[in-house]
Amino acid sequence: MTRFLASRLLQALFVLLLMSMLVTVLIALMPGDPVDLMLAGNPKATAADAARLKALYGLDRPLWERYANWLGAALTGDFGYSRLFAQPVPAVLLPRLGNTLLLLGASFVLAVAIALPLGVLAARRPYSLLDDAVNLFCFAGISVPPFWLALLLILLFAVTLGWLPASGMGPVGEDGWLARLPHFVLPVATLTLASVGGYTRYVRASMLVELRQDYVRTARAKGLEEGQVVWRHTLRNALIPIVTIVALEFGTLFSGALVTETMFAWPGMGKLIYDSIMGNDLNVALVALLLATATTLAGNLLADMAYAALDPRITFKDVRS
Amino acid sequence: MRHVLAVLALTAGLIVNLAAAPAFAARDTLTIGISQFPANWHPSIEPMSAKHFILDATRRPFTVYDADWKLGCLLCTALPSVEAGTAALETRADGRQGYAVTYTIHPDARWGDGTPITTKDVLFTWEVGRHPQSGFTNADLFTRDIVGVDAKDDKTFTIHRDKPLCTYAEINDFAVLPAHLEKAVFDSDPAAYRQRSRYETDTTNPGLWYGPYRITAIESGAHVVLEPNPSWWGPKPPFRRIVVKAIENTAALEANLLSGGLDLIPGEAGLPFEQALAFEKKNGAKYSVIFKPGLVFEHIDLNLDNPVLADARVRRALLLAVDRGAISRQLFENRQPVAHNQVNPLDRVYVEDFRHYPYDPKEAAKLLDEAGWGEKRGGTRVNAKGEKLSLEFMTTAGNRARELLQQVLQAQWKQAGVEVRIANEPARVFFGQTLHERRHKAMALFAWISSPENIPRTTFHSTMVPTAANNWSGQNYMNFKNPEMDRILDDLETVCEPAANKRLWTRLQQIYADELPSLPLFFRADPHILPKWIDGIVPTGHEASTMLWIETWKVKE
Repeated sequence: MTRFLASRLLQALFVLLLMSMLVTVLIALMPGDPVDLMLAGNPKATAADAARLKALYGLDRPLWERYANWLGAALTGDFGYSRLFAQPVPAVLLPRLGNTLLLLGASFVLAVAIALPLGVLAARRPYSLLDDAVNLFCFAGISVPPFWLALLLILLFAVTLGWLPASGMGPVGEDGWLARLPHFVLPVATLTLASVGGYTRYVRASMLVELRQDYVRTARAKGLEEGQVVWRHTLRNALIPIVTIVALEFGTLFSGALVTETMFAWPGMGKLIYDSIMGNDLNVALVALLLATATTLAGNLLADMAYAALDPRITFKDVRS
Repeated sequence: MRHVLAVLALTAGLIVNLAAAPAFAARDTLTIGISQFPANWHPSIEPMSAKHFILDATRRPFTVYDADWKLGCLLCTALPSVEAGTAALETRADGRQGYAVTYTIHPDARWGDGTPITTKDVLFTWEVGRHPQSGFTNADLFTRDIVGVDAKDDKTFTIHRDKPLCTYAEINDFAVLPAHLEKAVFDSDPAAYRQRSRYETDTTNPGLWYGPYRITAIESGAHVVLEPNPSWWGPKPPFRRIVVKAIENTAALEANLLSGGLDLIPGEAGLPFEQALAFEKKNGAKYSVIFKPGLVFEHIDLNLDNPVLADARVRRALLLAVDRGAISRQLFENRQPVAHNQVNPLDRVYVEDFRHYPYDPKEAAKLLDEAGWGEKRGGTRVNAKGEKLSLEFMTTAGNRARELLQQVLQAQWKQAGVEVRIANEPARVFFGQTLHERRHKAMALFAWISSPENIPRTTFHSTMVPTAANNWSGQNYMNFKNPEMDRILDDLETVCEPAANKRLWTRLQQIYADELPSLPLFFRADPHILPKWIDGIVPTGHEASTMLWIETWKVKE
């Protein structure tokens, strides 16, 4: 177990190092210098102004030097200042991370909680009316673009009915969770409806395969109750491929949901990453993207460990390979 | 199951009840929606329209152009002038001439913590502004335009201008900083000032603000709360609280307005023009929609290196071949006036005495014939060598209004026998690289934002053509070179005698209209969507936002 974890940790560090280089190079390759863009709308700006600001922001130094400086400081826990927000990177990142976790965490849990029973029910009666209805719901969720769904929900529940607030994280000046609750409903519903279809389809497909296995027939022949057969034995085996999908989705918890955050004025990671990349705010973009990468890697590690927990035949020796 | 349903119903009812409360908010709170959230708060570092819109409620510049485009004083007691004896020509030790301009700070002006605003703050601001590491974006004002600042007493100071500028009294960008809060931060490490300034680390400190309102709360990326500044010396502002919410998606911004979550969307950072037009049709009875044309000059820069466009006859023909009046009627419902020159008719320096280009396809055809593009093959004109009259036309991809305008122009030029190939790019590439390095092959549609009486030196002076040699400095993307224009641009700053100054402005507009280095299209109108219960909001049409006069807004009885 220790050897397995140490090996995965080393691999993760290597991936993070590569990722940091890649992000630095890709951001540097983007056309348009941030200082030139900043001064583009100012007819009074001169070349001297541009040169002074580039030197001040360190943009006049070679890319490798900027990256080496960043890496050296990051290894000591200093992630630098955000060029756009004029604040230390953690001060910019952490509040947004909390907001995103709240939003995506709630919708993630809700989507999985809905997808599991729906997928199982649909798989138990394939091609029935119930299965058709579930499939219709799933494809609608997958097909409808989140921004359009968000707009429809805002128009219906905020504009027409006036039941729910159209945006924001809560009423200004009120911090209690009760006051904030109505503000969660529409963004969480948008994200849940957008993701529940995909999860349900995975559960259904996986359950369909498992329900045809010999051990299910044996369990039924032995006289086990259908509920036990489905929920205790079949679902456990069906979960293995689903865990992989869910683990991969885990990374999005930290990279945010750009469209939903923008539509509901939810200050989260998705918008922050977008703004930092577009504004050449390398320090913020690097840390945010590395955080998302690290989370995806952690999700995969958890998935590997979950395989062993779900299937006693799988050991850490197996998953290492 | 019944219990579950009952709990769900109760929860839904509770949520709906909780959400319904804000709909009955009192009118002592104003909620404004804007489409951008400011990344930082220092008034002189990184300009951003959304930031200036909010800050304009919290500060008062020394001088500013008002809604009638006349320069006036807000933080000073009177606009300095030669006539009043508060401005005088002076000769410096190096023999060069400039103006010494004396201002008096309003006697009651105080920071939000009660500390009087004094000349110590002015001197400190000048010190920070001219420091190479302070990060000021508008450093030219502090490092070149102003060569010295003297304090006569706590409230009176003299600014020494580098040149005998006609606009000597204007110091609109001199945003005074609170020395009692910022000096220690700046002195400790000037290079880190932009990050450690209290504007970024302690934004709700009352001592930073000196307008009718001060910032009392910020939720980064979401909203800003403004409350009355108890130290404000002017008329009492109308609202107990102003909440400025940032909603970047403009469809969601509009939905928030309709749901009652917002009261007002300002033109400074609000809905795109075409969305506001549609909004007015559907909801014009419930809101006052003001389209204020201003200093945003939509035009097409022509690359004069292109041999086709080097011929002035072709440039004139291109403008004569488009019906800008019809475009304004059909696309903009006459809300965006046609631009006949690069100077706005609302500007004091505008003249009518220059060549105009009404829609005249016959004259356009004649000019093209004369320029050697007489023969037509397959609807497109060709020259004697058989080369097609074909031009590449660029603008910012994703800007719906511009892309639509571009297609109409393409169709009208096609009728004149000019083939136009559209090659749009994302704004970042278009502005950050293509225009910046003059990579556009023929035509580039975009806008210039200027201020009243702005001398267009960086756009039309021959020394302002961006090249690799000058590190892509300047904004004369056209490569326009005209010795008379250069002389006028040099003289306009310092020839102040009214008749002589007017002659220069007239000649500048005539040269522009004759030479047409760019094709003038429209002056953009900013849509301001206001509730019917507010009075007194007068959009300016220039960079000074309506928030600078917020104390004059009134809630209707």
